[in-house]
Amino acid sequence: MTQQPVPLDPSIAPPGTRSFRDAGGIPADRWHADQNGETLVPTHCCFCGVQCGMYLRVDRGGKVFGVEPRNHDINRMRLCPKGINAYQQVNHPDRLTSPLLRHSRDEQFREVSWDEALDFTVSEIRRIQAAHGNDAFGLLGGASLFSEKTYLVGKFARVALKTKHVDYNGRLCMVSAAGANKLAFGIDRAGNPFSDILLSDCLLIAGSNVGECFPVMTQYLWGARDRGATLIVVDPRETAIARTADIHVALKPGTDSAFFNSVLHVVVQEELDDEAFLGAHTTGWEEVREAVAGYPPERAAEICGIPAEQIVQVARTFAGADRAMAWHARGIEHHSQGVENCLSVINLCVATGHIGKPGAGYGTITGQGNGQGGREHGQKSDLLPGGRSITNPEHRRQICQIWGIDEAELPTAGTSMMEMVWQMQRKEIRGLIGICNNPFVSLPNYEVVKEGYDTAEFHAQFDFFLSETAANAHVVFPVTTWAEDEGVMANAEARVVKHNKAQEPPAGVRTDTWVLCELAKRLGAGDKFDFAGSREVFEELRIASAGTVNDYYGITYDRLEETGGIAWPCPATDHPGTPRLFEDGRTYHPDGKIHMQVVEWHPPMDPYSDEFPLSLTTGRTVAHFLSGNQTRRLGALVEQTPRPWVEVHPSHGFRDGDPVRVVTRRGSEVFPALVTEAIRPDTVFVPYHWPVPTAANALTVDALDPRSKIPEYKVCAARIEAAERIDEVPVPLTPPGREAYPETQVSRTDPLPPTAPQGRGTAERS
Amino acid sequence: MMGRTIFIDPGRCIGCQACVSACRECDSHRGTSMIHLDYTEPGTSVASLPTVCMHCEDPIAPCAEVCPADAILVTADGVVQQADTTRCIGCANCVNACPFGVPKIDLQAKLQMKCNLCYDRTAYGLAPMCATVCPTGALFYGTLEELRAERPGVQVADSFVFGDVVVSTGVAMVVPADKVQWPVPGGLPVVEINGVDVR
Repeated sequence: MTQQPVPLDPSIAPPGTRSFRDAGGIPADRWHADQNGETLVPTHCCFCGVQCGMYLRVDRGGKVFGVEPRNHDINRMRLCPKGINAYQQVNHPDRLTSPLLRHSRDEQFREVSWDEALDFTVSEIRRIQAAHGNDAFGLLGGASLFSEKTYLVGKFARVALKTKHVDYNGRLCMVSAAGANKLAFGIDRAGNPFSDILLSDCLLIAGSNVGECFPVMTQYLWGARDRGATLIVVDPRETAIARTADIHVALKPGTDSAFFNSVLHVVVQEELDDEAFLGAHTTGWEEVREAVAGYPPERAAEICGIPAEQIVQVARTFAGADRAMAWHARGIEHHSQGVENCLSVINLCVATGHIGKPGAGYGTITGQGNGQGGREHGQKSDLLPGGRSITNPEHRRQICQIWGIDEAELPTAGTSMMEMVWQMQRKEIRGLIGICNNPFVSLPNYEVVKEGYDTAEFHAQFDFFLSETAANAHVVFPVTTWAEDEGVMANAEARVVKHNKAQEPPAGVRTDTWVLCELAKRLGAGDKFDFAGSREVFEELRIASAGTVNDYYGITYDRLEETGGIAWPCPATDHPGTPRLFEDGRTYHPDGKIHMQVVEWHPPMDPYSDEFPLSLTTGRTVAHFLSGNQTRRLGALVEQTPRPWVEVHPSHGFRDGDPVRVVTRRGSEVFPALVTEAIRPDTVFVPYHWPVPTAANALTVDALDPRSKIPEYKVCAARIEAAERIDEVPVPLTPPGREAYPETQVSRTDPLPPTAPQGRGTAERS
Repeated sequence: MMGRTIFIDPGRCIGCQACVSACRECDSHRGTSMIHLDYTEPGTSVASLPTVCMHCEDPIAPCAEVCPADAILVTADGVVQQADTTRCIGCANCVNACPFGVPKIDLQAKLQMKCNLCYDRTAYGLAPMCATVCPTGALFYGTLEELRAERPGVQVADSFVFGDVVVSTGVAMVVPADKVQWPVPGGLPVVEINGVDVR
């Protein structure tokens, strides 16, 4: 099944960007390279799943000192403020440059040699595993790691630690979409490349604040609108994208599947479905049709808190378009029914025949840079490399053969990230290594998380800044940033792109690969971890993925250097990759059909009551990335958004800047009010990038989706009340003996919301 | 209409401040941004608007006109340069004269700084840093024809009314189609222009 690259219509290319294939290297005019002896290293942004191409500017001394836009396929020179400022963290004064160690949490960290830190870690692993079994030690990876490192995390857990407990923070990101895609299509990725957006006639954006979370993707949305496409946005808040949408469905948090079921109900009632497509390419349609009969617009309107007419309008617009696409993100995925929400969107796309065509399909917008690739090669608790199932005997046999271990030695499936914390609380997991994650800010229900980590007998963390989670550890390993190593990431399109090394790491800093291999050697598995660097790991990853749905075999570093990235599956080195799925109508299930799934809406897990009548929902700001461990140290981004706030509707009687206490069943925190009609009266919003006492995740509920195990970040029951004072934002943590970097202090004590008041109309201005 | 220039499209601005960060990175005044991001209707809308130097043309840029040291030069292609460091006396006349509030003064250095349309980049055929990175195209660099090729039917204005003074600019702004006949109000209510009632 050889497919051609997606042709990009030159007539819709923005001016000045006629060349869509940027192979990297120095720009033709070499203006900077010649000017000051600096060089431009082609790479990609380290942050979100768009993976914008950029050049890092490197001075004569070999140090990264700036950024230059790059005309790459994905972003065509565009960058968001995070991307522009990302280079500043490479040589930031807060960087960890020596291993830190302490024997108990009562002690202060002291700087130690690598040997001492590694030896102590290995002795703790051995002590815990000897006393309590191999599964008493766990490993948590991250989806901002290169795919080579995520492969190594999975292998290290199963081969060196011999534990089943390995998971990653992509579990908090898009696993609902992954689960839904796998169920429906047998493949876990978006169906279309971003460039297809430009060819679409109707775009449905569900639960995605594209303007703030994926700013560079907006150029595709505006590009489609320039050509007359209709934009439908489903979001409880009137975001920058929703403001300009043709239809903005401001539904109540946690009601998405009721809404999409109802839209499909109207499609069926008005015979807007594509019977020919459904008959030829799907299974389960009859059951789905019967199920959505229970969601007439009047019922869904009541559940969702929206006009019934809007449901009819969306159905007619989406189904009536020649080519329609649906893109979604955490807004519908961060729910205890996250998989169902995604399936209900897929059902709509499939029933209307909007699948597998230029401008028609579905996609999920990845939050972390490697949210897509991060789970493909064995970092997730239930997966082996190549997306193989760890419970499938044939898959286990294949991987054991590649790894050179006995099948009996390969552990079975472990538990998810949040469940591992609960297991730490119960002392089932007593030791943990964390790599590239910061659960103290990113997991819900902070008190539970803290208790879990505090209970652990041993905790080591890899990071390049002292995160809130690293500050809890016994050992902290200082590791490289993305600019100091090479490797690949798969973006939201499943396009594999290569990051290049721009500078040598600071003295004392090692790559995550080196640290994992050193630990493996000390654990007696050195022969399985004889990797000099990412390139060698990638060669093994290619082989380990060969023949699977997630086939990377045809992707090589050399090919990635020559192209703008290659979308998997790519089974051979002369295969062009697969930017668009299902063009021949076949899915990756053995029968080649789309398996439609019945979805039934159920209320959120944290019930409303007289005491907690409101919905608390959380999300991002444009200036910060995830737990903020990186972006809260960069002056320009801190200045742009120095602190979190609570968005409240004017009907609650607050004025801008008033101290407002947000209370849930987990706790309470005080934020300045941002009074706005951009949010429903029954809903409040707090951005989540900050630690306690300004942590949205001290309030959110640790209920999980039963299938994807993603936490229900986007809805919990809450109330708000007037408070006396506003919680001050803590300064980011710095290595022992060092002063906080002054730029991270900017505006930190300013009690007022930093952003402009938003929304169509607000209460009286103070 | 000018040749290649910046077009500002407020309808596309998402308030992300990528332009502000990008301007801070450009070589001619590295570390200081020359762009303002304004919320045009604070409290009533999420609408936002980046303001770059408008590179006024008519009769001559007000900042250059009032400069007592002749430090602000206007190049043949209409770019109003930032103050010549060998001439600027830091008097801030330009700050007071600019109807768009663009120039900034470094009081310690007694030096004015302003957007010079990234002359260090445009001279090499590159777009200004802000328009290069703008994720949404709210800042667009090119010709009007190039803009219209991408955004069919788009209307722009390059005249702004301040009381009884009309200022023509080298930088243009995308405006609603029904407003293009009139200069864009820059501040005070528009009553008449050169004796003509425009209400």
